[in-house]
Amino acid sequence: MNEIMEQLKQIFKLNEFNQEREDLYFITAEKEQLVSLLTHLRDIHQFTSLIFLQAVDYIEDNLFQLTYMTHNYDKHISLGIRVKIDRQAAEMSSIHHLWEHAETFQRELKELFGIDFPGSPGIDSGFVLEGWEDIPPMRKDFDTVKYAEKTFFPRPGRKTHDPAEYMKNKLYPENN
Amino acid sequence: MIFGKKRKVVTKLENDGLKAEEKELFCDLPPRTYKGLGKYVEKFLNWARANSLWILGFGTGCGAIELRPLMTARYDMFRYGIAPRPTPRQSSVFIIGGYASIKTIKRIVRSYEQMQSPKFVIALGSCTINGGMYWDSYNTVNRIDYYIPVDIYIAGCMPRPEAIIAGFEALKKRIIAGKAEGANKYAENFSWYKANQKKIIKDWNMPDYNW
Repeated sequence: MNEIMEQLKQIFKLNEFNQEREDLYFITAEKEQLVSLLTHLRDIHQFTSLIFLQAVDYIEDNLFQLTYMTHNYDKHISLGIRVKIDRQAAEMSSIHHLWEHAETFQRELKELFGIDFPGSPGIDSGFVLEGWEDIPPMRKDFDTVKYAEKTFFPRPGRKTHDPAEYMKNKLYPENN
Repeated sequence: MIFGKKRKVVTKLENDGLKAEEKELFCDLPPRTYKGLGKYVEKFLNWARANSLWILGFGTGCGAIELRPLMTARYDMFRYGIAPRPTPRQSSVFIIGGYASIKTIKRIVRSYEQMQSPKFVIALGSCTINGGMYWDSYNTVNRIDYYIPVDIYIAGCMPRPEAIIAGFEALKKRIIAGKAEGANKYAENFSWYKANQKKIIKDWNMPDYNW
């Protein structure tokens, strides 16, 4: 893996490299270089399989982190490529020409996070939410409690306990 | 940045623009109240209905996994006259198996309307009662009884097969007592149920009456 990394570093600008497990590595790449990096990994270094494409919302840093997880079946190594993109104009180049099933991941991200992938087939068709009108629900600024109370009909009588207080009262009632 | 699409206004429903002879395949009438055939005939019919409960095999949530052991030799629901049926039109009991999302409730409503009266609904699990552990989710319906009438709730997360059998026994008692009038309740409060359904199902693209 270190050989591959040395070769990659000569061509691409890679920021972080860390090893999570014996067969699991992560690198952070630049947004502009991502498609060429994935093509290079797929065609030259046999990372032939795209396992998943997922997003994390870092609202404090005002960015989304996309993780492209690829797998090499010859060496049984998984390599995750992380890309940070701007949260306001969330847009990323599509990779459906490399792996066809990426279009499903991209449709999901478009609907649940609002990240656009221009040119991806069927990107505007719905994924799981039918007729959603609010901001995408997986964004951290979406208030699910408020939305649920407004939309659904909450049944009265629900109680919540602070777990720490509740267990303290239950286990040591003499202290109160 | 504007998210989401504008609500699609459906102008052409599925039964629009059909030929006159095909139009009869769709019913344009809202559901009607069933008055019954008289006290003693209904009593006999209720006894018969209670002893042949045919359930709709539509796993709507995670609770559907508890229905499989019911069918096997260990719990054996067939000895109580309960049998699964493949289509809504042949069944009399609809089991809501746990949480229902907005996408699922659309299918639930459609299946429920396709069932023949008299029809009964059993809702499994705490998610159907008040949303359960997903009550604050963006996509989990909190109370099923605001969208379709529910006869029996079985509490638990998930209820064991024994609890489901106990629920069926409670439903039988209710049917024999003549209290399981869900279909009539739905017909009487039809506009209220439709308004609740349309409040959460945003892309309403089905006819109001389509069974």
